[in-house]
Amino acid sequence: MEGLYAFSVGLLTACGVFLTLRGRSFPVVVGITLLSYAVNLFLFSSGRLKMDGAAVLGASESYADPLPQALVLTAIVIGFAMTAFVLILAMRSRADLGNDHVDGRLPPPPKDQKKC
Amino acid sequence: MLTQHLPILPIIFPMLMGALLLLPPLGTNLQRQRITALISGVLLVALAIWLLQVSHLEGTQLYFLGDWKPPFGILFVADRVSALLVLLTAVLALGAMLYATGGEDRVGMHFYPLFMFQITGINGAFLTGDLFNLFVFFEVLLIASYSLLIHGGGKHRTQAGMHYVILNLVGSALFLFALGIIYGTLGTLNMADMAVRVHGLEEDQLALTKAGGLLLLLVFSLKAALLPLHFWLPRTYSAASAPVAALFAIMTKVGIYSIYRVHTLAFGPEAGDVASLAQPWLWPFALLTLAIGTIGVLASHSLRVLAANLVIISVGTLLVAAALESTEAMTAALYYLVHSTLISGALFLLADAIGKQRGKPGDRLVRGRQLKQPVLLGSAFFLAALIAVGMPPFSGFVGKLMLLQAADTPATASWIWPAILISGLASIVALSRAGTTLFWRVSGDDPAAVTAPVLQMSGVWLLLLCSPLLVAFGGPVTEFMALAAEQLFDVQQFVDLILVSGAE
Repeated sequence: MEGLYAFSVGLLTACGVFLTLRGRSFPVVVGITLLSYAVNLFLFSSGRLKMDGAAVLGASESYADPLPQALVLTAIVIGFAMTAFVLILAMRSRADLGNDHVDGRLPPPPKDQKKC
Repeated sequence: MLTQHLPILPIIFPMLMGALLLLPPLGTNLQRQRITALISGVLLVALAIWLLQVSHLEGTQLYFLGDWKPPFGILFVADRVSALLVLLTAVLALGAMLYATGGEDRVGMHFYPLFMFQITGINGAFLTGDLFNLFVFFEVLLIASYSLLIHGGGKHRTQAGMHYVILNLVGSALFLFALGIIYGTLGTLNMADMAVRVHGLEEDQLALTKAGGLLLLLVFSLKAALLPLHFWLPRTYSAASAPVAALFAIMTKVGIYSIYRVHTLAFGPEAGDVASLAQPWLWPFALLTLAIGTIGVLASHSLRVLAANLVIISVGTLLVAAALESTEAMTAALYYLVHSTLISGALFLLADAIGKQRGKPGDRLVRGRQLKQPVLLGSAFFLAALIAVGMPPFSGFVGKLMLLQAADTPATASWIWPAILISGLASIVALSRAGTTLFWRVSGDDPAAVTAPVLQMSGVWLLLLCSPLLVAFGGPVTEFMALAAEQLFDVQQFVDLILVSGAE
């Protein structure tokens, strides 16, 4: 289970980083969302992965660490709000600046295209 | 009764005021909003002075939310450094709000509520004793700052806002990764408890803990604008409206404070296997930040960008002091931190006041028309420039002198002395060039009809006149800073206070 879990967190992070480095604002927003998924899963695993463990004492034989779950909950809420904000900002910048590039202007076309 | 709740008041009070300012009797009327905001600004300063006095005379104040005993639960710690920074925030915010009454608050909705929420976040970040809450308060101050940055709208601000928001969201993700790693290895996020648990780490946990500590450094450096993570700063700060830029002057300091706090407590000189984790990184990058700030100051094309580059220089200076890891250097750093925050705030406000009277060229360093009030603004600018470059007898001089004295070994002195002195020289050149262009290279056009309102200028003077006060009361202030720096390095006392006496 640990291997699979680590692999999915790693994959999500890699996709998130790749998309965040793109030039258009939509992939960047999606990339940030993926990064925040990855980070939530990662935080959750910092309390160790455990089967059949309730976060409440006495409810099951073994118990899981409740703190990372609380942290993840906070992180999800904050991440959600931030994603909503960046989405609105991206739409606003598309309207204000006339294009969806994160720099607010399109990069100049490559040189060899200019020649012909 | 109220004293018992004192450490949390600087967080609760602006939050409540922010909410009140949104509600009907106040939210619909700008004049009422202004009056309420200014009154709460004054009250906040009074509250911060009270907190400072109590934490100075009666020792560090602790506040446990819901009475959960440490290391569990949420706690706030108001020691000398935290209380000092809360006071600094309050004074800066009051100055910025006074300036905003001149019309900056009219260009968009909900200026003062956002301002209050931002202060809530900043105060919370200074007072928290728990790493996860530091993250939460970072987010509180960030989301307020996102809205404040694009407040008033315009292409410039949207463009700068896009970079700033995306960069900080990635920073927040990294912060959470760091927290996950540290919780996974140390099993706690309470700062005092972390300082205990870093001793006796197992071999296989060591590398992970180090990675977590360095990731934290990376995140804090992003907020503090340490090279190579500083590229967002000049653009963001020069795009924001003047009062917002002035308040942002404390935001880099939040990052610097976090480095001071976390990397003296959990990863400080006495932290066993992970001791002085940040130092080898801080050294070269802080010096390079100083260098790039120096170049930036010389290359600035407008007064605001110049002020933003002065912020970068101050960041470099403050982190060089952190890399020295001595009480003397920290004393100097705290003094310089207060000075540099106030003066950069004043410079941002002044740049806007000058720009308004010049009309179309704004604060760009080109020939423009005569100012309407050349004497008033000129004397303010002259004073600000002298303070900023560190001419005697002003506070910049005292701060820099203390820092140069703290670099007492030949090896450190040979790096720090030239870096700081050359940056000072470059600031003199750049600021005098800016001053001569703005005030003397004028075309024959008639001056604009706009004058700076008295209330607006009082904000600038409030921030400017703190500097002579810092010098006039130099003795007691320096003594206080020395005590604060000692407290910052005294890990054992901090741990005892929270984990032993706090748990009773």
